[in-house]
Amino acid sequence: MTDESTTTHRQTPSQTIGPFFGYALPYDGGPELVPGNQPTAIRLYGTVFDGAGNPVPDALLEIWQADDEGILPRELGSLARGQQGSAADAFTGFGRCPSTRAGRYGFTTVKPGPVSGKAPYILVTVFARGMTQHLFTRCYFPDEVDLNAEDTVLNAVPADRRHTLIAVRERAGYRFDIHLQGEGETVFLDFDD
Amino acid sequence: MADELEPQTKISTEIAAIAGAAAATPANSTGHPRRDYAPYRSSVLRHPTHELVRVDPEEVERVSPAFGHTDVDLLESDLTIQHTGEPLGERITVSGRVLDGDGRPVRHQLIEIWQANSAGRYVHKRDQHPAPLDPNFTGVGRAITGEDGSYRFVTIKPGPYPWRNHHNAWRPAHIHFSLFGTAFTQRLITQMYFPGDPLFALDPIYQSVTDPEARKRLVSAYDHEANVPEFSMGYSWDIVLTGSRSTWMESEHDHD
Repeated sequence: MTDESTTTHRQTPSQTIGPFFGYALPYDGGPELVPGNQPTAIRLYGTVFDGAGNPVPDALLEIWQADDEGILPRELGSLARGQQGSAADAFTGFGRCPSTRAGRYGFTTVKPGPVSGKAPYILVTVFARGMTQHLFTRCYFPDEVDLNAEDTVLNAVPADRRHTLIAVRERAGYRFDIHLQGEGETVFLDFDD
Repeated sequence: MADELEPQTKISTEIAAIAGAAAATPANSTGHPRRDYAPYRSSVLRHPTHELVRVDPEEVERVSPAFGHTDVDLLESDLTIQHTGEPLGERITVSGRVLDGDGRPVRHQLIEIWQANSAGRYVHKRDQHPAPLDPNFTGVGRAITGEDGSYRFVTIKPGPYPWRNHHNAWRPAHIHFSLFGTAFTQRLITQMYFPGDPLFALDPIYQSVTDPEARKRLVSAYDHEANVPEFSMGYSWDIVLTGSRSTWMESEHDHD
């Protein structure tokens, strides 16, 4: 193989986020991609669990998604959200939320539209003390039965693990729990190019 | 029981055993740390046991959020001017470029850093290390990379600090970095170290990167030309964000 010649620079290795990011990375408005009173707003929430089934109180979650029409936003201002009154903010598609002592997280966002006609999902990135490198997963939606049935990623996953990529519809919104290890371990993704 | 921590010798023995096995099978090296790295005790219950599922990125993963002047003020890259007085410690600059796997600059993207103060204490309520807080130092900075991928922070050299992974465990001095590339697959959180730290061999977080060449890429260089005479010492550190593609090709290549 000679493909390596195309890559002249080598990856800087990951290192754990550690326990002390809480005063540095979370920011006001991080979990609220849209105001809660916006008619199209949804809640996306869940709990992060470790391999013993205990909640992870020191995780950081990031989401990145298309808007409700399936367009990936190019708007600046994720970090400044809410400073001018959130109703005036553009939708940036990016959110960040630390887990609570109970291991819970929650975002207010919109359900993304299908991108290029494919099953909509929210890209979820998990960081935590004890994780040497972040993990990616996708949160699909249970009410997209037809598009989900055609989705190449959902179909690439063993049937008995597929549900870990699909949020659960509840009265309050969509619940997407994350199991880092063990019973019901979430399917985590690695991306080719 | 929490006080009966294991000795450094036990951790060091485990580090050496894994390093020896890794050296015997370099084909497995991706440059990234092991997710399951038992000498770093907190990793034991926080790594997936299933292989990651390898998939083609969609547009969502091939682009990244946009950040810019509405997100970050220019002054946020100077961690020494956030309070009324001067922070204590050794004033330094940390500068370099953010590049992709082909050496192209990662332009106009967000870098966030956080760190302990010169005494090794974080402004974080969970940090119980009985070292002094510095009322003039928070230890949080942000910057947007320039047209050439460049960044530059003015800060204070952080101190090493103890943690409870094992008995007498100390982290080598480091600055945490969070980076975005042009694709979300390039997202990276890492730590920058300082050259010649005597704690490197003892630290299971640094050693979780089992490829010794890759580990060196976490260490900044003292850069005399980057000094500001009569003001600050210069450290330089370039960061490469390849995403998953090239690390995978690298390991494929190594099989041949």
